[in-house]
Amino acid sequence: MTPPDDLTAAYATTDEDRTSTSSKGSGDGPTLPRLGFLGGLRWFWRQLTSMRTALFLLLLLAIAAVPGSIWPQRGIDAVRVSDYLAQHTTIGPWLDRFGFFDVYSSPWFAAIYLLLVVSLLGCILPRTKQHWQNIRSQPPKAPRRLERLPAHTSATVDASHDDVLAAAREVLRSKRFRLRVQDDAVSGEVGALRETGNLLFHVSLVVVIVAVAAGHVLGWRGDVIVPEGGDFASTVTQYDTIDPGPWVDVAGLTPWSLHLDKLHVSFEDGVPTDSPQYGQPRSFTADVTTGDEDGRTEQRKISVNHPINEGGASVYLLGNGYAPVVTVRDKAGKVLYRKATPFLPQDNTYKSVGAVKVTGATPQQLGFAGFFVPSLDFDDRMGPISTFPGLRKPALVLTAFEGDLFPDGRPQSVYTLNTAKMTQLKGANGQPLRLLVTPGQTVQLPGGQGSVTLEKTIPRWAGLSVRSDPGKIPALVGALAGLAGLVMSLTLRRRRVFVRVAPAPSSDASSAAAEGGERRTLVTVGGLAKGEDPRLGAAVEEILAAISTRTGRPA
Amino acid sequence: MITQMLARETSTALSDASTNSLYASAVVLTLAMLSFGVDLAQSPARAARESARRTTVVQDSADGAGDGSTAVLTRTETGEPAVPEKRQWAGIGMSLSWLGAFLLIACVVLRGAAVHRPPLGNMYEFATVGAAFTIAAYLLWSLKRDVRWLGIFVVGPVLLVEMLAAMVFYTDATQLMPSLKSYWLSIHVTVATLSIALFTIGFSLTLLHLIQERVEAGSTERFAFMKALPSSERLERLGYSVHIIAFPLWTFTLIAGAIWAQEAWGHYWNWDPKEVWTFVIWVVYAAYLHARVTAGWNSRRASYIALAGFACIIVNYCVVNVFFVGQHSYSGL
Repeated sequence: MTPPDDLTAAYATTDEDRTSTSSKGSGDGPTLPRLGFLGGLRWFWRQLTSMRTALFLLLLLAIAAVPGSIWPQRGIDAVRVSDYLAQHTTIGPWLDRFGFFDVYSSPWFAAIYLLLVVSLLGCILPRTKQHWQNIRSQPPKAPRRLERLPAHTSATVDASHDDVLAAAREVLRSKRFRLRVQDDAVSGEVGALRETGNLLFHVSLVVVIVAVAAGHVLGWRGDVIVPEGGDFASTVTQYDTIDPGPWVDVAGLTPWSLHLDKLHVSFEDGVPTDSPQYGQPRSFTADVTTGDEDGRTEQRKISVNHPINEGGASVYLLGNGYAPVVTVRDKAGKVLYRKATPFLPQDNTYKSVGAVKVTGATPQQLGFAGFFVPSLDFDDRMGPISTFPGLRKPALVLTAFEGDLFPDGRPQSVYTLNTAKMTQLKGANGQPLRLLVTPGQTVQLPGGQGSVTLEKTIPRWAGLSVRSDPGKIPALVGALAGLAGLVMSLTLRRRRVFVRVAPAPSSDASSAAAEGGERRTLVTVGGLAKGEDPRLGAAVEEILAAISTRTGRPA
Repeated sequence: MITQMLARETSTALSDASTNSLYASAVVLTLAMLSFGVDLAQSPARAARESARRTTVVQDSADGAGDGSTAVLTRTETGEPAVPEKRQWAGIGMSLSWLGAFLLIACVVLRGAAVHRPPLGNMYEFATVGAAFTIAAYLLWSLKRDVRWLGIFVVGPVLLVEMLAAMVFYTDATQLMPSLKSYWLSIHVTVATLSIALFTIGFSLTLLHLIQERVEAGSTERFAFMKALPSSERLERLGYSVHIIAFPLWTFTLIAGAIWAQEAWGHYWNWDPKEVWTFVIWVVYAAYLHARVTAGWNSRRASYIALAGFACIIVNYCVVNVFFVGQHSYSGL
């Protein structure tokens, strides 16, 4: 990303401007027999930092980002990735091999943006140096023939040489030009802020990238599901999943606690049932009581778009569902299991899957797997379905297994059973047993194995996400500074204006002499812009008019 | 309960009025487009008449002065032929565009009143607001400059979007899902639609630039109406100046979206498909701005990049909203 070069050539003819980072990097290649190692490095550096390469890398980055929006990504939704792999056994593994399910952490994506960052640095460093020198040096001398410049105009004024030059200095200074004064001319330069803005923009991009990286290594996130009436303490073991950055010491997290008092949920029921909006979520709010390190408690609300801050991290309400209280008793009526058991919603109707794992059952462990349905209905093809996400006709639909719940002792999902070492319970007719339990109902298991009860009140659960990202504020500051720099570099104009005075070619010298030594002076104003500048001509005219007015005697 | 029902009835009445306003706007803009079309179709004949008259004037004054070069000077001084022919159809087109724009703005405002929130919650609403911004931007521009030649190329896309909105994207007036209930909706989506409106005008100008370049090179005999348009160089510059307003706005959209994502989803960047495409659009237009100042790249290649950027906007709107699974699933379809 070398400087915009279209008029640099024109600039160079009038001053000592040097384009140190020419985009024609290989220009002296053919004449040299050997570049040597250092030369080769320099050649490579120039190629890498040339505008053309930057442009190519930019377009490549755009193209490379696209696959991540087409194929599911592990970092976002690992379940969809495994579903995709299960369905596409031919192309799936190949896509996986080339990182199409982890596009944004794949080596080829990283290669593109790292090269772009290097190119960016290769653009910023020499340009900053050049810009620094530019704003400290005087504007160039006025060229002899201003009429060669892209914009120029002239007029004869009735004032002396010195008065006109003084007026020109005042006019240019009032328009915030930096000046260089000669005997018969004034040069002015304005708009250095354009390049400053451009550099600010590019530096800000680097700041944003560094901030994102910092957030990645210094930030952490933990997710947890808390049922209504449940408690949670922010320590590593209490999170369902925790994903710390490589430089985060999870043992050192500030401890705090939270009690979920109530979760308020509402769904759209004011439209016809066949509208796509029917049953859409409308509001989620959690009433919580938080307690900090010193035991001070506070009642607060968490809702979507309104996270709370606790212990240096933000707590978000990102999910919700039902956690029906299931009671399993043995044949003597002794309670083996009683717990608010979270079920995971599968769709907008909140038909949810879950599992009840009764480890204390004898002689064999018992497991139940199936659905919780908030508004039960039966579909001929799909069996039990939910017609609405709210609690209208809740029911549990379960199948039952006996055997070893944790066959190899490995951790498993709380929402599914591993039935590898289990056998399914059969009903009286020899078919697999299917239990339909409604609130307050108790269903007996066959063979006197006990009973299953669904308690009357059905609590909800809140999916809380606790996140800390120290990079977010630097990233925001960088992005806003970049925006400011962008606006500066796109709207400000960089111009040089030269004013040259000369005695007017007098057609009647006698009349000039008669006016007591005052001379008529020819003022020529020329302008040169860096980059295109459709208003340059108008600006030059304006400056000439201002000089004429200021001398007080337009001829 | 009764007041609630009354309120619901009112909002149905308002949203019906909004839809009718959209239909009316589409009819008016169709007529506007036809008027602009007639104006452009007349342009070759107009140009012929113009040059004929010029010759007459030159001849007239040449007869008087007896010298061609002086005659030209006389002509400019009297300024007589500088009065251009009245373009009645273009005038009708502009008036109809104003009317169509007001109807479209009424559609947006009534919809907002019907749902008691900024009408920016689903694809139908984005489409109407985006179309309203496009035509409003064009009409405001027309107050400062004579851009009647551009009329058909702005009204056409606006009309297309209106028709798609009415026929494909239409969604009943309803409330928002929780993640959209935030004041960032007004900020992020308003600026996004505004910058898409400007990118649309920039797209028209860039496309016209490419056509004009071919016409000027004499490589095509078609597009006789292009003679009534500015030179390809000027079209390119106009396209650029529209793009450099749209690009910072798009940058702001990206930043505002990130801030909102941080609040709603817990992280400012999730590589959600919509985020990816917003980023892709940003990168492509950034490449366009760089390509324009790259030595050895002519304006044509840069223009192609700008067109690619607009293609990405179309994908972002039509494909990502509907077909890709992500957190921005607000199409309402």
